[in-house]
Order: sequence, then C-alpha cells, then structure tokens
Amino acid sequence: MNYVRANVKAGRPTGFSERASDIVLVVICAAILFIVAYPLYYVLVASVSDPYDVYAGKTFLMPSRFTMDGYTAVFADPGILTGYWNSIKYTVVGTVFSVVMLYLSAYPLSVKNLPGRKWISIFFIITMYFGGGLVPTYLVVKHTGLINNMWALFLPGGVSVGNMIIVRNFFENSIPKEMVEAAEIDGASQWETFIRIVVPLSRSIMAVMVVFSMVAYWNDWFTSMIYLPGTERAPLSLVLRNILIKSSASASQASTISGGYAELNKLTEMIKFSSIIVAAAPMLIAYPFVQKYFEKGFMAGAVKG
Amino acid sequence: MKKKDGAIARPAMVSAGRPLKRRIMDNWQLYAMLLVPVVLTVIYKYIPMYGIQIAFRDFKASKGMWGSEWIGLEWFERFFSAPTCWRMIKNTLLLSFYSLLWGFPIPIILALMLNQLRFRRFKRATQTVLYAPHFISTMVICGMIRIFLSPSGGLINLIAGTSIDFLTESSAFRTIYIASGIWQDAGWGIIVYMATLANVDTSLYEAAKVDGASMFQRILHIDVPQLSSIMVLNLIMSAGGLMNVGFEKVWLLQTDLNKAASDVIAVYVYQQGIENAKYSYSTAVGLFNTAVNIVLLMAVNKMASKISEDTSFV
Repeated sequence: MNYVRANVKAGRPTGFSERASDIVLVVICAAILFIVAYPLYYVLVASVSDPYDVYAGKTFLMPSRFTMDGYTAVFADPGILTGYWNSIKYTVVGTVFSVVMLYLSAYPLSVKNLPGRKWISIFFIITMYFGGGLVPTYLVVKHTGLINNMWALFLPGGVSVGNMIIVRNFFENSIPKEMVEAAEIDGASQWETFIRIVVPLSRSIMAVMVVFSMVAYWNDWFTSMIYLPGTERAPLSLVLRNILIKSSASASQASTISGGYAELNKLTEMIKFSSIIVAAAPMLIAYPFVQKYFEKGFMAGAVKG
Repeated sequence: MKKKDGAIARPAMVSAGRPLKRRIMDNWQLYAMLLVPVVLTVIYKYIPMYGIQIAFRDFKASKGMWGSEWIGLEWFERFFSAPTCWRMIKNTLLLSFYSLLWGFPIPIILALMLNQLRFRRFKRATQTVLYAPHFISTMVICGMIRIFLSPSGGLINLIAGTSIDFLTESSAFRTIYIASGIWQDAGWGIIVYMATLANVDTSLYEAAKVDGASMFQRILHIDVPQLSSIMVLNLIMSAGGLMNVGFEKVWLLQTDLNKAASDVIAVYVYQQGIENAKYSYSTAVGLFNTAVNIVLLMAVNKMASKISEDTSFV
C-alpha cells in the first residue's frame, strides 16, 4: 500500500499496462492539443507571410517571405484604430460597472438572515430563464434614451445573474463567518464589513469575474450593432465584420494604396489575418494569468456548499 | 430546476424574537446596496417582459407599447403561414439537437481523460490551450471559418486539394456550425467537470489500483458516478435551450445559398424586428420561440426528476 501510494505521489506508472495507458493518453491529448492550437498558429503564421504564398499553401508550418505589412496596414487604418480605442473604453468601463453591480447584488444575498433574501434571489433568477426578447428590450433601451450612448452596452445586461450566483456562493462558502461577526462586534457597519473584510478576502473570485466581464465586453459586437448604429462608435469586433465577413476594404485603405486593384486585393487578404491576431491577442494573453482561479472559483461558486 | 438550487430553497434564518420591521431597519445598508441592481433589473428585464404584450397588439410608435390596438393572434397566424416558417422551426431544432448530441459528451470525455493525466505540467498546458478558443469573439471565429473554408487558398481546400465553396452548400452548414462550436467551447466545457473530479477522494484510486482495476475501469466506476448529477443538470439546461440557437454565428455564416439549412428563428426575429422594424411581428415570433423552450425545459425537468426518483441517479 505504501509502495503504491509513493508511486502515485511521484507520478510514476506502477506497471506495464499503466505505462501503456499513460502513453495512449498522452498521444490522444497531444492530438487534441494540435487540433485546437493549429488553426490559431496557422493564422499567426499567415499574418506575417506573403498572401500569395499563403494561398499557394506554402505556410502550413513556417512563414514564407516574412512581412509585417498586414500589421502596418491594420494600425494605419483609422477605422480599426477607432474601433480599438472604443473596445478598450467599453471593456474598461463595462468591466468596472459589471463587477461593482455583481458585488453589490451578491453580497446582501449571501447574508443569511436578511429578510426577503429568498424573494429577492427569485426576482433575479427569473430573468435567467425568461426575458422580454429582442424587440421589447430594444424598445425599452430606446425609450430610456440610450441609443448611440455607450451605457446601452452596460445598463441592460449589467446584472449578470449567473455570475451573481457564483459570487454569492463564494461569499457563503469561502468567507469565514467568524471574521464577519468579529467585525460587527467591533462596531463596523455592514458597509464597512463589506469593504474591509469581504472585498479583500474575495480577490480570487473577483479576478475570475473581471476576466469574464472583460472577455464579454471585448468580444461583443451584437449589442453595439443594434444600440450604437453610428460607425464612429463601433467596437473592434464590429469593425472587423467589414473586413472578415463582408471582405471589403475600407475606403481609407483604398485611398492609401497606389499599386492598383491587385495591390489592394493583396492587402485586404493580409489584413484579414493580422486583424484576427490583433483582435484576439489581448484576451488570449490575459486569461492564463487567472486560469488557476477558474476551477477554484467554480468549486467555491458552483458547488452549493 | 428550482428544487435543485439549494440556495433558493434555503429559508432565511430568523433571528429570535426581533420584529420584522426592526430587522429590516437593521439591514438598511444591505438593501441600499441592492437598490441599483434591482432598479436596473426592473427597467431592463421586467418592463420588457411586460412589453411582450405588443405581440398581441398592432404596435404603432405614436401610440406606444401600452396604447396600441389589440389584435389578438394575428401575428402568430401570419408567422405560421409564412412560407419559410416550418423550415425555420426545423432548422432551429436540428441545429441545436445535433449541437447537443455532439457537444454534450465531448467535454465529459475530455475531462475524464485529462483527469487521468499524471504529468502535471502537460495537464496544465493542455488545459490552458483547450480554454483558448473560448476567449475569442464569435466575429473572429466566423472570420477564421470563412478564411479556412475559402474555395481559393482556404486551409481545408489546400489540404484536401479541392476547391469547394463550403459556405454555399447547405448540406455542409450544420457540420461547419457544430464542428466549429465544438472547437471553440468543448475545452471550456470541461471546467465544471474538472472541478467536480478534483473532489474525488484519491484513496479510491489507490484502492482500485491495489485491486487491479485498469485505468478504464477506474474511470467507469469512480469518476463517472461522481459526474452523473452535474451531467444530468447540464443536460437539462441544454435541452431546455433547444430553441435557443445563437443568433450571432448563424447570421455571420449565412449566405444566400445555404439558407435551406441556415434559416433559423433567431435570425428571422432580428431581421424582422431590427432591420425591418416590424416590432409586433418580431416579438410574436420570439415569444413563440420562448414558449416552446419553456415547454421543453419543463418536460425535460420532469423526466429528469422521474429518472432520479426511480434510480437515485442524481
């Protein structure tokens, strides 16, 4: 028994069949890794290669005729730059707003003896299963004067009930009751307890919620498309629609190109690859930093304790 | 559903002997914290729900949501007599049914496999990579799909040596939609299963090993039972959303030539409601969609609770 345990701890296989199944497992996982990672790698390689070589199939593994022209063009395009700036603005403001809303709603609902707690929870949870639908929501947003106002992105969806439940359960399961009680005995008000005890002790779940919010706002385009019809307010993902889906070069690109139609066409293809990288990179760089909290957060939050 | 969520059913603790009014006064700061979230929810969630009534009215902007004329079920009749109505219902159901059929088991299998990996660094790295596509915008994903499937110089055609324009083939649409969906979200889907498996008592594995159980037997007899309740819960949630085909991806991948498979209710609701400003009609179609969903959710929920009573599966 002790022998087995020692081996398990050390991560060593205990016999031939164990070793064989380990190898099979690693091979399968490596294949899955390849399937998931390769498309992203291919786009990265293609974004720094000559488009003609990309379309001739010369860039499966390594860049061919290395060039940064695609990126130069992306960062020279005023439409994309405006979109980038808008996306940063919406992501920062939206994330701060959403996380504040999340905390303000989750904490009171985690306090066990709050009168009406059950009913207020139900009031929020109903909206997870039933909603007004696209048009009635649109009409209310319109009536409240938010069309072409960036708050249309934050206010209607500001209270994310699914995340609220995760945070509430985290408060219930992971904040030591004794600390809250001790603070209250020392005469701290509920607000002070919240700010001085609960918020600092919940950094891990806050990190997860910040990343979730950031990703949601950074990647959103549908809300912007219906509520912010002015092109000068479009976030990056929406700007990309013209490039990636409609496959049309913007007027500003056309005017800066001197080499004629073929040159423009080539540039349009390059911009497709480089704009994908530019749009996806910030979130792909950010999430590994909080990855270790994902499972912890889900454990404390999704498990009902 | 609600039965399962312990937090909802848990009764508020009654502190002995204090009148309700006093307890409410004591907690005024907590209520103040809830004020803004509650007000936002009333305005942007509950008023739109009340506004669903325009599905039964002839909405005129001048008369407003509550002042327009009642016309009964006319919009629903119009929808059911629309030439593409049944095609849209069929496409919506098929698209989400097949997504569920493939998308539900794959994360479970992935999690069970990853959980057996003994090389910690490799496991961690695999998880990181598997999560990555979840953090990419649907817009970018659809752009990548279009690039990869392009008939001239697209990755798939380069590898296969063909020049097929997949997005103009309605027979390929469902496969494209579902395969890319799995690529994007199956990795993220493992997280809740991994979290559950992390709770498994490791002495069970040791005992099983001593008894000579193979890796496959250990998965089947130790891991799978641990996951069963969360699996049922996930299945109920997904089955209840069977009519909730996401608008974004279908709309971005739709072409005039693949509409036989890509024409779904969500896209129709958007086109009629926002593009054509037929507010009442679009609301009626959306309401029909929600109603079917709720019926499905209740049916599946009933079935699941029956299964759990009979076999104590959950």
